[in-house]
Amino acid sequence: MPVPESVKRISDTVWEIPVSYKDGMRVPGRIYGTEKLMKEMDAGVFEQLSNVACLPGIVKYAYCMPDGHWGYGFPIGGMAAMDPEKGVISPGGIGFDINCGMRLVRTDLTIDDVQPRLRELVDALFRRVPAGVGSTGVIKLSEDEFKEVAEQGSRWCLSEGYAWPEDLQNTEEGGCFRGADASKISRKAIERGFDQIGTLGSGNHYCELQVAKPENIFDDATARAFGFTLPNQIAIMFHCGSRGFGHQVATDYLQLFLSVMERKYNIKVNDRELSCAPFRSPEGQDYFAAMTCAINMAFANRQVILHRIREVFSDVFRKDPRDLGMHMVYDVAHNTAKLEKHEIDGKLREVLIHRKGATRAFGPGMAGLPDQYRETGQPVIIGGSMETGSYLLAGLKSGAEAFYTTAHGSGRTMSRHQAKKMVRGQTLQKEMEGRGIYVRTASWSGLAEEAGIAYKNIDEVVEATELAGLSKRVVRLLPLGNIKG
Amino acid sequence: MPYRYRDDIAIADVAFEAWGASLEQVFVAAADATMNVMVEDLATIGRSLDLTIELEHDQLDLLLFNFLNELVFLKDARKLLLRVGSLSIRRANSNFILKGVVYGEGLDPEKHPLGVDVKAVTLHRFSLRQTQTGWEAFVILDI
Repeated sequence: MPVPESVKRISDTVWEIPVSYKDGMRVPGRIYGTEKLMKEMDAGVFEQLSNVACLPGIVKYAYCMPDGHWGYGFPIGGMAAMDPEKGVISPGGIGFDINCGMRLVRTDLTIDDVQPRLRELVDALFRRVPAGVGSTGVIKLSEDEFKEVAEQGSRWCLSEGYAWPEDLQNTEEGGCFRGADASKISRKAIERGFDQIGTLGSGNHYCELQVAKPENIFDDATARAFGFTLPNQIAIMFHCGSRGFGHQVATDYLQLFLSVMERKYNIKVNDRELSCAPFRSPEGQDYFAAMTCAINMAFANRQVILHRIREVFSDVFRKDPRDLGMHMVYDVAHNTAKLEKHEIDGKLREVLIHRKGATRAFGPGMAGLPDQYRETGQPVIIGGSMETGSYLLAGLKSGAEAFYTTAHGSGRTMSRHQAKKMVRGQTLQKEMEGRGIYVRTASWSGLAEEAGIAYKNIDEVVEATELAGLSKRVVRLLPLGNIKG
Repeated sequence: MPYRYRDDIAIADVAFEAWGASLEQVFVAAADATMNVMVEDLATIGRSLDLTIELEHDQLDLLLFNFLNELVFLKDARKLLLRVGSLSIRRANSNFILKGVVYGEGLDPEKHPLGVDVKAVTLHRFSLRQTQTGWEAFVILDI
């Protein structure tokens, strides 16, 4: 759609929705994107971002990344920093799939090692990493054990032998966000998710075998620091979240906030999906503690999947995963709310950062990064469509203007239904196989919905983040094999 | 099929309109529209068990919201694909009370051609309204 007339262009890649756009806006909205990407943004982005700008306690701007598109509550690609004393916390600013995120593993293998075993690898991954509607994992836990997972995240995985110590260092916040309290999660949430650890889920969730071709290395020194040292090196990228557990935590608290927001706290919102409570209220704190449990469960979920991937490679190549160099590059979270310290108008302040379909991208030298990435900045993993490829980026110092946040994927431009009308899953699988990409899926229609034509051009999205100074390109990764939920 | 998916709204997720001559019928249609996202052919869902659902809310639209959430919950917690057998909604004092029987069976990828998982029912633009000819609901599901 055309960019609304009142939206001002601030620079080549920054656009502003003025507070005059809608009654009740407390701050302007800021959208990052090239002119072409701006024209591709749907009407939902402008409506939803201006709703976010109305929330109590919002600081500076309501932000949207270049992959922004119509979500619910916040737009996907949305970010807002709230004053923790005067501001609110909203499930609509985090999403139902709490800590949906990406993980990237490098290997010492090259395309020559993997191509002859591609089918074998993808078939084994499809068996070992359950995917699709209603899938369950192999790990059987009691309710109390599941609560431990929710409070400890990746630390639980380390104690159970599903993690290497270095995996935790390379996960945001060590794979365990502070503040998780399992007494704040409902029995329903536990019942929905306790048997789903180690499962991918569905929709745009996937696990992909990828190759880093020499012509797709943008920054050799940073690529080396991130573990990409060989020509045509193989990596594995996957995308999933907190499964039914996180979905239920968000649903539970959305219902609670609806019942207290106006009656108890006199807060009005433009979209009921933005239901919220003051962060320092009992309801706000309870949600923060429960949501943090879901964040940690998602880290544990991705950690167990990583363990399964290492097992599969070890079985197929008959080598220890350590001898295959299967080191984790990093793990990033997309859907979170978190207290972070940022410099705002010259002063260091703690703010509650909501990121919904957006990635933290710390610049070089920042506290919270593992030593090995102190000089390079944080690795940022951007998943593209399964046909076109993905990116590994690095955070930049100039990202400070957006609270060190960048894009999370390519962003859809076509509805799921429309994609299904244009593409058949079985045909797409054959076509992709012809191009050397072997795909297994739990759902043919689900595969069709994820066709490359349904997404924005990933190259344009990451280029826009680079032009805007939010993150820079390091490696472009091309798909070889994919398992889809 | 008393429901229609909307291609122009919330494109990363699934939006639908559902309708019925009565309040009960629009609840049944919305339940089928939700289930049909996860199972391509609803006729493949057999009847191996019945479950009773009872819900109460002081707002009619949120009663529908909770009803759809219950179906999504049972899909994960009990791996059940469900349709509505019978359903009644009555008013008692200031509350609306739903009593229904849902039927279905355990999810089986061999038998049920699966679509995509519904993570949650969202409240973005969620509506339930009476029209001249009956009732209409608008729902966006998180995928």
